[in-house]
Amino acid sequence: MSSLSRDDVAHLARLARIEMTDEELVNLASEFDVILNAVARVQEVATADVAPTSHPLPLRNVFRPDVVAPSLTPEEALSGAPASEENRFKVPQILGEEA
Amino acid sequence: MIKKSAHEMSQALAGGEITSVQLTQQHLNRIASVDTDVHAFLHVDAEGALAQAASIDAARSRGEKLGPLAGIPLALKDVMTQKGIPTTAGSKMLEGWRPPYDSTVVTNLKSAGIVILGKTNMDEFAMGSSTENSAYGPTHNPWDLSRIPGGSGGGSAAALAAFEAPLAIGTDTGGSIRQPAAVTGTVGVKPTYGGVSRYGLIAFSSSLDQAGPCARTVLDTALLHEAIAGHDPRDSTSINAPVPAVVQAAKSGDVKGMKIGVVKELNGDGYQAGVRSRFEESLELLAKAGAEIVEVSCPNFEYALAAYYLIAPSECSSNLARFDAMRYGLRVGDESGASAESVMNLTRDIGFGREVKRRIILGTYALSSGYYDAYYGSAQKVRTLITQDFEKAFTHADVLVSPTCPTTAFKIGEKSNDPLAMYLNDIATIPVNMAGIGGMSLPCGLAPEDSLPVGFQIMSPAMQDQRMYLVGAALEAALLAQWGAPLLSQAPVMGGAQ
Repeated sequence: MSSLSRDDVAHLARLARIEMTDEELVNLASEFDVILNAVARVQEVATADVAPTSHPLPLRNVFRPDVVAPSLTPEEALSGAPASEENRFKVPQILGEEA
Repeated sequence: MIKKSAHEMSQALAGGEITSVQLTQQHLNRIASVDTDVHAFLHVDAEGALAQAASIDAARSRGEKLGPLAGIPLALKDVMTQKGIPTTAGSKMLEGWRPPYDSTVVTNLKSAGIVILGKTNMDEFAMGSSTENSAYGPTHNPWDLSRIPGGSGGGSAAALAAFEAPLAIGTDTGGSIRQPAAVTGTVGVKPTYGGVSRYGLIAFSSSLDQAGPCARTVLDTALLHEAIAGHDPRDSTSINAPVPAVVQAAKSGDVKGMKIGVVKELNGDGYQAGVRSRFEESLELLAKAGAEIVEVSCPNFEYALAAYYLIAPSECSSNLARFDAMRYGLRVGDESGASAESVMNLTRDIGFGREVKRRIILGTYALSSGYYDAYYGSAQKVRTLITQDFEKAFTHADVLVSPTCPTTAFKIGEKSNDPLAMYLNDIATIPVNMAGIGGMSLPCGLAPEDSLPVGFQIMSPAMQDQRMYLVGAALEAALLAQWGAPLLSQAPVMGGAQ
């Protein structure tokens, strides 16, 4: 019932921010036929009268006291950064040139 | 000493027969002699482990009161952060990353005086059932080096089976503790969801992920369970209630009058003959020990695998969005004029392996508008039905049991090009994660046709984890009486005499 084309997969890859080669896109599209048909079985029993479960614990709005506790120093927080400058993360250009 | 249980090592430490430094050194020597073949470890922290061992020895000689596992070495799955120690989650995305903080599990291990030897191999971001998806090469099963050690926590399980460590930490999203335990002849427990903190556990599927203890005996597993479990304010899904009395249960092993429910749907077609026969024999042993064996039916379990492969990829597509090449981890293509988006796209192409990409794309699809109700929404409903099946079954039985996996360890490479066949490995372990209850796997013998370990799974209701330890201890004792020596004594000898 379900199938995805190479272009469908390319669109999903763009949404997921993953560059993919043409070969990867074609392979994934062919694997998805099998996988989607297998997972679509959930629809056989998922009737309107069944409530969804998003999480095993019935928790909501868990709070702890708002107390200052030791946390990372700027050096520690930046220790894994690919690039940093003046105690900040240095990232590639986000806005266009004119901005 | 390395082939003893952690409990026996602990007695030797307390009795002054050996120091923690000596015990740690013996394990480091063992790793040096066998890990080129097994490849259980991604990083060995010899210096840190010996320093930690020396401080425990010093505390002991000062007469300080120490916990039951103080001075015992442990192998840590590379998905848990440990301050200053390389943590990769089996991915190129995190190659060389040294976390600036300890996970709560590591904090608890350190305060229990447990010595962390190093980080163990795993399927990338815990996605897999064979450890073949590690970006750093597969781990080999000590029972047969051409076979998989299970996954995702294959490194932790193989380290135990190869006597490289008596204790290990795993994480279990759909069976990643229990399936590796089953195929390596070791013990592994997925505690009740929320029983052990997830703070510092690199997230795969947050509503399913659970860290837990791995060892070679039920008692050692219980001792480690108690050391790492408990409420953590840093994990909002951590349960604020006393830890179940798992050590007491593992010491008792009294199953007289307990009702053990055999799940009809988790047996039969698709299960290897030798797996079924060892499972049936174990049921007879439990009946002899005084338990009552009943059959229960969980008709919606047949949809669990399908629901899992929608829920886990959906949550992973969201969780792994954090790997954006900006704050930590890999960054590729950051040349002058390159946009953040192109850097992100290139980095995620190069940093993620095939299975991780497959699941991110599947999750992105399942969550996209127009398909959400049909896929993710329906999977959430199946989750409700599975939980209801468990609730009903637990009105007829105190624990439920099944084989842990349909087959024994398969060959490396055998299923790596067939994702669906690979996913079927987890058919008996996934329902436990969907409902958030507890699950244990312990070895119940070798399959006659291939002489490889078979796992016996015990499932207990939420926050009744002690029940699986009661049954596990009873079965372990009965099997040991039959075998005369632990199952692992039948594994091939590695690394010469020790």
